[in-house]
Amino acid sequence: MDRRSFIKLLGTAAVGGAAGKASQAQASPPPPMKDLAAARKTTSICPYCAVGCGLLVYTDRASGKIIHIEGDPEHPINRGTLCAKGSGLYQMAVNPARMTKVLHREPHSDKWEEKSWDWALERIAELVQQTRDNSFEATNTQGQRVMRTTAMAHLGSAALDNEECWLLQAMMRSLGLVYIEHQARI
Amino acid sequence: MTNHWVDIKNADCVLIMGANPADNHPVSFKWISQAKKKGAKVISVDPRFTRTSSQAHIYAPLRAGTDIAFLGGMINYILSNELFFKPYVAAYTNAGYILGADYAFHDGLFSGFDPDKRRYDKASWDFARDAKGVPQQDLSLADPSCVLQHLKRHYLRYTLEGVSRVTGTPPEALTQVYETFASTGARDKAGTIMYAMGWTQHTVGVQNIRAMSIIQLLLGNMGVPGGGINALRGESNVQGSTDHCLLFDIWPGYLPAPTADLATLGQYEAAKIPANANPRSANWWQYGPKYMTSLLKAMFGDAAVLDNDFGYGWMPKLDKGRTYAWLDIFDRMHRGEIKGLFAWGQNPACSGANSNKTRQALAKLDWLVTVNLFDNETTSFWKGPDLDPATVGTEVFYLPAAASVEKEGSITNSGRWMQWRYRAAAPPGEAKPDGEIMVELWKHLRRRYAAPGAKAPEAITRLRWSWEGRGGFDAHQVAKLINGYFEKDVTVNGKKFKRGDPVPSFAFLQADGSTSSGNWLYSQSYNADGNQAARRSTKDPTGLGMYPAWAWCWPVNRRVLYNRAGVDPSGAPWSPGKSAIAWQGGKWQGDVPDGGWPPLEHDGGMLPFLMLPNGVASIFGPRRADGPFPEHYEPMESPAPVNAFSSRRHNPLAISYHTQADALADGGTRFPLVGTTYRVSVHWQTGVLTRWQPWLLECQPQLFVEMSRELAKIRGIANGDMCRVSSARGKVEAVAVVTSRLRPLMVQGQTVHQVGLPYCFGWVHPKNGGDAANLLTPAVADPNTGIPETKTFMVQVERVRAA
Repeated sequence: MDRRSFIKLLGTAAVGGAAGKASQAQASPPPPMKDLAAARKTTSICPYCAVGCGLLVYTDRASGKIIHIEGDPEHPINRGTLCAKGSGLYQMAVNPARMTKVLHREPHSDKWEEKSWDWALERIAELVQQTRDNSFEATNTQGQRVMRTTAMAHLGSAALDNEECWLLQAMMRSLGLVYIEHQARI
Repeated sequence: MTNHWVDIKNADCVLIMGANPADNHPVSFKWISQAKKKGAKVISVDPRFTRTSSQAHIYAPLRAGTDIAFLGGMINYILSNELFFKPYVAAYTNAGYILGADYAFHDGLFSGFDPDKRRYDKASWDFARDAKGVPQQDLSLADPSCVLQHLKRHYLRYTLEGVSRVTGTPPEALTQVYETFASTGARDKAGTIMYAMGWTQHTVGVQNIRAMSIIQLLLGNMGVPGGGINALRGESNVQGSTDHCLLFDIWPGYLPAPTADLATLGQYEAAKIPANANPRSANWWQYGPKYMTSLLKAMFGDAAVLDNDFGYGWMPKLDKGRTYAWLDIFDRMHRGEIKGLFAWGQNPACSGANSNKTRQALAKLDWLVTVNLFDNETTSFWKGPDLDPATVGTEVFYLPAAASVEKEGSITNSGRWMQWRYRAAAPPGEAKPDGEIMVELWKHLRRRYAAPGAKAPEAITRLRWSWEGRGGFDAHQVAKLINGYFEKDVTVNGKKFKRGDPVPSFAFLQADGSTSSGNWLYSQSYNADGNQAARRSTKDPTGLGMYPAWAWCWPVNRRVLYNRAGVDPSGAPWSPGKSAIAWQGGKWQGDVPDGGWPPLEHDGGMLPFLMLPNGVASIFGPRRADGPFPEHYEPMESPAPVNAFSSRRHNPLAISYHTQADALADGGTRFPLVGTTYRVSVHWQTGVLTRWQPWLLECQPQLFVEMSRELAKIRGIANGDMCRVSSARGKVEAVAVVTSRLRPLMVQGQTVHQVGLPYCFGWVHPKNGGDAANLLTPAVADPNTGIPETKTFMVQVERVRAA
């Protein structure tokens, strides 16, 4: 079976499935080949486990939206194949459940409130400064220079890029944090 | 991984233990299958018959938490039957080193144990040394005081019958596994180990890996294609995040985090350079000062100069002897000592051990900042089960982050391949790439600390700030800084460089402030030849699957670590075609050699294990906290009446905590079943990213508890019934999956039942999908790493209602 008829078959299966027990999985066939051929292709690496499978990500040129993600056939590890999670990666990026607003919850409140980035980051910076400065130790109980705060902790993350990880550790250590941990410990 | 994913195809035997790659690293199975096609034997050792087991030639069950007994039996089998690869063991390990007369092991304790401090004084674990300080050795391995003979005596107790009574594995299955894997001790065979959290998440986690490392050394499997010690890491960039050291005890490139007693850079360097008197040992950590100074230059740029110790004094220091690890954080948060927390791309409310304690601790914070893609149990902890938001005084933020395909940067896979990825679309709504969030947050902080009178602002205001690039965070700028620059016009190794030139590799880094590098291990990754992580050549010149021009791998693009051990002391492969490198015509061919020196026998030749002070691998491992040889101890919660190997029931150094939330139930009848946790193929970690995807959720919609037919019959549970699973710390409701994949085991004459639960669910979504399996697990930990023992604990299972 060539690729085109395989995709056609998937489309047929989707219709049959929708007529039976409806599910979103069956209601979303891959985009037609002509759309994929016209799309902008970028390579990526799967964000789940650490096998490091290669991906091809198809972006619609007009809308700038991702329309499809599949295995990169040139990648020496996965050679185009993906597991179930990797195959469904499109749905991680394009997903109405993504929480895409900055949210803030006041102490003792029972709800979120939407805030601007600038407001939230300024408030976070204020809290960080308060907590750090109130707890900052230039020396420990033995009089040794320690330049740290033990009232603040940072967790994360193995899901970030290398460059982000490096920058985060630099920022947090510059602030004087010693409680810096993440997934690798657990 | 010392080796890498494609390399598994080169193995003659693949032992998979403490891991289930068919479910959790599915594409890796492509290479296991490839090895099988070429005749390799595949062994699966697991409490449960998994999808991996179904593809194995040999399956052996064991009781969770008894891996050292299982592997100790294999060490005994290899030594008793003289199956080890003697020339390799003698030349490249410390098997021939003579131990001092004071070293002893008796009834579960090594010499030097201090029962009050619960730690070892390791003085008696040192080798006998000559006048210069070089360890004495007997290369015939016959001296009764040498490491190999001590090893033999230590594991004589681990007989087939003795091991079987502890692990529950039938003796014939043990023999089959031992015989098959030990066959890779032949000169022309390679055996590999694939392990994951099934080995690490124990109070003896480090010693589990040590036991296997000893086996791999005895069989000559380290440094060869198809061999090595291969941890299957579970997050796409957990290798990179570890390399860049988002961990309390190490700084980028595994430089030990400074302690408060080391007031100056000079004192730090003097304390951290390992002593070595052997001229044949490269002792690579002697270059630590170059990497440390270059890191400080990367952080502080021109503000870091010799006169101010390159900013060493501005950086935070740990108290010597105190740990600041994950479980410490939640313990101290639970006690009210920690007021603020960033949970950045993390869901600790489900992922950490003892989730009830974690969730109670979060409620004691003044503030919590979470950064994620979807709602999760940490972000929304304040409206969690049994919690009245009005009682929770924590100010909480949720910052929306970009998905991996919505930003640019690199990640490092389990095989140490650093691979670049590109932005395919803009993030939705107000979501931002994490790097941009960092840069924006730092602007606010830096402005505050630039104000007059700010408290201790040095490190904050002087942090190098060159990564805004194209109007925001620029991964290329940071990647170049991680690679490193020349900070002055200099001549190094006969070559001239200008200030601002990228450093070619870590061999060029200096301790005098003339170079910077954010992480020496990644030096070479983005040099004058460009972004090495973005390379896409599929050429494989050796045919071994190393793909040297696909992406880049640390260190210096070396695909098989310790590859100098894959050749004999003359530089010839132990077996033709079974080595990553070979010395031909006065040059190394193949992979990037682990140090460019000539082979050991030649003038200037060096020993292969260059990161260890003596240049040889550690069969005897005196640097571990809890013993130089692995010894079986029972998990902190165990069904065994006694530890069959000694009167020390638990690891004497195991870490535990003592809040009200830290109850343990060892032995006893209230929680008589062994519990363990695992993952399923379609969900990832705590499920934050996957539970929101209908395609995946449809496949695995809710929490289940897997149990044997025998146990189900005893408890009156039918497949599909809703059950309550409880431990001394918490409970969850889970659907019964009654299966023959789990079988009761006979342990010390008693029947032991094991049950397992996936830990990918949580109360936020889906509704009625069940809560975190980590509500059951204990916050007890390995003394070397602080990793929690989440793979073995005791539970009870009861039927709640019919399906």
